[in-house]
Amino acid sequence: MKDIHTFLCSPAESTRRHGPHDRIVMSSRVRLARNIRDASFPGWAKKPERVRVLEIIQPAVSSLPEMADSFSEAMDNLGALDKQILVERHLISREHAAKNIGSGLVVNRTETFSVMINEEDHLRMQALRPGLQVRQAWNAIDTLDSELEQKLNYAFDNELGYLTACPTNLGTGIRVSAMLHLPGLVLGEQINPIIQSVNKLGLAVRGLYGEGTEALGNVFQVSNQMTLGESEAAIVERLEKVLLQIIEHEENARQSLLEKKPKVVFNHIGRAYGILANAHSISSKETMNLLSLMRLGVDMELFPGTERSLVDELFLTTQPAHLQKQLSDKLSAEERDLIRADMVRERLKNVSRPLIKPPASSTN
Amino acid sequence: MQCSICKEKTATVHLTQIVGDKMQKLDLCEECAKAKGINDPVSFAMADMMLGLGASQELASASAGADLKCSRCGFSQADFKKSGRLGCLECYHTFAEGLAGLLKTMHKGLRHIGKTPEALRQTREQTDRLKLLQKKLKKAIEDEDYEVAAAVRDEIKTVPGAAAKVRVEK
Repeated sequence: MKDIHTFLCSPAESTRRHGPHDRIVMSSRVRLARNIRDASFPGWAKKPERVRVLEIIQPAVSSLPEMADSFSEAMDNLGALDKQILVERHLISREHAAKNIGSGLVVNRTETFSVMINEEDHLRMQALRPGLQVRQAWNAIDTLDSELEQKLNYAFDNELGYLTACPTNLGTGIRVSAMLHLPGLVLGEQINPIIQSVNKLGLAVRGLYGEGTEALGNVFQVSNQMTLGESEAAIVERLEKVLLQIIEHEENARQSLLEKKPKVVFNHIGRAYGILANAHSISSKETMNLLSLMRLGVDMELFPGTERSLVDELFLTTQPAHLQKQLSDKLSAEERDLIRADMVRERLKNVSRPLIKPPASSTN
Repeated sequence: MQCSICKEKTATVHLTQIVGDKMQKLDLCEECAKAKGINDPVSFAMADMMLGLGASQELASASAGADLKCSRCGFSQADFKKSGRLGCLECYHTFAEGLAGLLKTMHKGLRHIGKTPEALRQTREQTDRLKLLQKKLKKAIEDEDYEVAAAVRDEIKTVPGAAAKVRVEK
């Protein structure tokens, strides 16, 4: 059995993947929900039926050319820490992390595809890309899905399209989403009107880990909600348009903050640096919120010589499971707060205090 | 703010329901909310939480009170009320009537547009074409335009799988 930790690339490597607009768009993802014809949906199927479905789907997915080099495992073979790491990497949902016998996971080496078996549906397959690449992610998952439909007998209805456990996913079964870092809109107090207008367009805005989670570190997830009565291409195009607009609003918000309230911005960034570089105990949540401000500082060129990937790496490695993984002993939350602070201080040792104002050449 | 049911006590429970593009607001006092089962987490259906208020009623009213059960997987209306999810693909037929109203409120349309598995693509196109032709045929007969009707009937015969379809229609 392959070990998920030796399989996944290091956090440092994973944060060095670049894509268009990755200052603001951290990643793009397209997920498809599919079910096979001759079994009940996972939430209703009994254990033997779920196991049977897993035994049909897992080999079919693993045999795809895209999955030639992949990690393929039943969820009951993964420990709680492994599962939490996968959640922190956004490779599985929190719901899937709670699954055991009869559920499975196939993820490829480059972490561009992740297929959850027997989550809410028999199949939840997703393509992930860094930056704003929703179209590319859709093309990738479309290809994977077309290959898989040769091997599996999908539940499809002429009127209703792909049949899913929850009627909210019916039709195309598609969820197109992007993770956005929006500190400018939050600091400029424009985030709520933006969320409201995005909601009015039938799109959902959620926190870092999707449904029902808070926007830690000013990271928001924007996705489509309607799946029936609109083609995948139309949904992808609509979301892309909205994302480009949000990017523009965020850039404008940063610009106007620097013009109208520079002291407020520098105060936030300076304090964030001050705490991160000097704290001896810090929670995961506080770390994320402060790292978000440092990331903004890097974007505003207040930390010359510091790359955004350093901040992004800390964003990942300071989360509970990633932090625990680096230690040999199982620690309590309080003990982890001490280790987390030590780690952040150490990594920021060579990062100088933020500049008092951005370099003149800066266009931001 | 006054409770919209008893119109006496102060409303402390506020509900917002969106049906189609209309938003309805309901302000209730604690007693009335309890009477309606709204602040009782057990009877307050998950289906309603996830799919919008009235989702479970929608399904219940469509079956005129009888507790429908899926003949294939045994999933019942009550199960849907609890989980907000269905049991199997057949449930979409079993609960079709109740689901139609629900789907209308949460989606752009009631008919799938977009990707279709290649193996089913042909049959889907044929079904669509047959439906269109049958509509034409009906209209022609109603209009007593038998020349057109005959032509359409002949065209229907050329669609593969039409014979089977015609039998079903009878």
